Amino acid sequence: MGFEEVRFEQDSEKAIHNKPLQKALVNVTNRFRTARNKASEDVPNWDNLRAAAREIKKETIENLDKYLLMLEERVKRAGGKVHWAKDAEEASQIIVNIAREGNVKSVVKSKSMATEEIELNNSFEDAGIKVIETDLGEYIIQLAGERPSHIIAPAIHKTKEDISKLFSAKLGIPRYDKPEELTKVAREILRSEFLNADMGVSGANFAVAETGTIVIVENEGNARLTTTVPKIHVALVGIEKLIPRYEDLSLFLTVLARSATGQKSSTYVSFITGPKRSTDIDGPEEFHLVLLDNGRSKILASEETRESLYCIRCGACLNNCPVYRKVGGHSYGWVYSGPIGAIITPQLMGIDKAPELPFASSLCGACKDVCPVKIDFPKVLLELRKNVVESKKGSTGIGERFGIRLWRFTVEHESIYKITNKLSYYFQLPWKGRNGKLNSLPYPFSRWTDQRDFPAVAKKTFRERWKNNKGETG
Amino acid sequence: MVKVLKSLGVEVDFIEEQTCCGQPAFNSGYQDDARAVAERFLSIFDTTLNDESGKDAYIVCPSGSCTSMVKVFYEELFKNSPELLNKVRHVSQKTFEFSEFLIKVLNTVDVGAGYKGVVTYHDSCHLLRELGVKDGPRELIKSVKGVKFKEMELHDACCGFGGTFSIKFPKVSVSMLDEKIECIINSGADTLVSADMGCLMNIGGALSRREIPVRVMHLAELLASRG
Ligand code: SF4
Repeated sequence: MGFEEVRFEQDSEKAIHNKPLQKALVNVTNRFRTARNKASEDVPNWDNLRAAAREIKKETIENLDKYLLMLEERVKRAGGKVHWAKDAEEASQIIVNIAREGNVKSVVKSKSMATEEIELNNSFEDAGIKVIETDLGEYIIQLAGERPSHIIAPAIHKTKEDISKLFSAKLGIPRYDKPEELTKVAREILRSEFLNADMGVSGANFAVAETGTIVIVENEGNARLTTTVPKIHVALVGIEKLIPRYEDLSLFLTVLARSATGQKSSTYVSFITGPKRSTDIDGPEEFHLVLLDNGRSKILASEETRESLYCIRCGACLNNCPVYRKVGGHSYGWVYSGPIGAIITPQLMGIDKAPELPFASSLCGACKDVCPVKIDFPKVLLELRKNVVESKKGSTGIGERFGIRLWRFTVEHESIYKITNKLSYYFQLPWKGRNGKLNSLPYPFSRWTDQRDFPAVAKKTFRERWKNNKGETG
Repeated sequence: MVKVLKSLGVEVDFIEEQTCCGQPAFNSGYQDDARAVAERFLSIFDTTLNDESGKDAYIVCPSGSCTSMVKVFYEELFKNSPELLNKVRHVSQKTFEFSEFLIKVLNTVDVGAGYKGVVTYHDSCHLLRELGVKDGPRELIKSVKGVKFKEMELHDACCGFGGTFSIKFPKVSVSMLDEKIECIINSGADTLVSADMGCLMNIGGALSRREIPVRVMHLAELLASRG
């Protein structure tokens, strides 16, 4: 699947014409959005909680080096091993090596965006190690060989029928059409995979520096099994997932659950500190924490966009985004989608790989309204747009540059501005339609007039009317 | 806007040197060009506000997004020019979006307007989210004699304009617009009011192309109606 280049315009058009996808997007985002809105209104000081969460994330990210070292030390003290991975390749290598050393034949995985990011499944398969996703949504997209299209609901682009067909084709079973039947099939397969697996791979929602604890929230119980049944547990965690103190968790678990699904709390919350102790009856014998950079320290270096690292991956910005609701996750070209994808993909992968993404927003700010850590999306997007322009990539080619220069020259000179206004009246005449508006204009304005009229310029400009009567008659 | 303000006893002047606040370039990533244009804007208005005749004056603007450019984003644009930040603050304190000016400065809700129709209101994104203006325009609309106000669903969802976004990704923009138009039609309104020229141009452009008989009006136009 490897990452090549984001083609937002092309892929979004496909998504817009995909009727079942459009329906699924409306249903899912509406459901999450309504639940989130209600759950946030139920908390009287919701905005204060968001502000507090932001402050803690800010403190963490500003002092990330200190907290990372603290985390490393505490995990080791609890008997775990800590590995540092500078990029996707190194992270995959580390994890595959752990598997080889432990003589692992079969791996179960719980849902993790970080493992999607490094395409870990491919590396396991290349090494001849069997790997199975155990989150239902992830299991579905693994069978389909696709990427997640939503941070917390990875298979929302698939309809019931799609899944029924997919299961039948890939698992060699009859067609089942009811969701309960399909879930039952998956559950039975996954149960036996859990019992066979020698290694469990998870991500983490939070890593607590002070105690060396990783915290995983979920609703299916598969992460609990992934992290406890096999003899080795590996957690792949982005370096931005830290929070300093154990007591910070109550705040973060609250804002995460409510923002993500509107739940008061997720069904399962697992707290994992090192491998099993001598007094424990079960649990993994080895615990490995792999800390992933993969471009994050580049973001850390940019004061302007650093807050992109505050994200706790709740998905609320996707559900609230009018663009995501139309284009779905795959249009964003990589594992992260919606507003958060638009800001972190270009930063993690390099702006030259995704120059369209910072522009794939109307800057409406609906994401900022719901983000539990109050990421200022418009500000970050504008900064990234500036970087795209400076790097001379994407649509910001020579035509646009010339357009902006022309505009600047015009608005810097009032006399020219006036003449341009006046001349526009005459220039527009050939395109004026019967309804008195401009119905078709030459490229690039045709991109407007293909489906919308453009207002015609009045013969008498406001300035002229102002000069004549100082607005006396309107 | 001029008519409404004058009817309320406000003395209105229009500085003819003014052109643009710089937002189109800023939103497209051309910050140097935006800064040059914004500096021009600042110096024109700062000079006026410092004049003997201008010291009690306000700047009133009929678009939420231009107002937010001045009041919110200038701070960002000029963050590395401390010598201009004073000007920015001075000008932005005195700058008001039209509805906000009526309500906050003039303390007026009823401007004596009359209009016969069922009106729905589209929250323009910058006015709502950057400037936090939500109830004011609705109160102003409801106070117009003869108006029946109907809230539409998804009234605060973006109409898909977003400046150059509408040209860079026209298909996405129009699909957002489709949803907005559906909400407008379902509200049963015969008139759509908003307080931002960009949104009005976008929504109006599609309504007229599709020959949907919903009238599109700027808030100021509604408040100037005497029907
Ligand atoms: S950016 Fe904010 S709203 Fe979006 S996923 Fe991250 S935390 Fe949630």
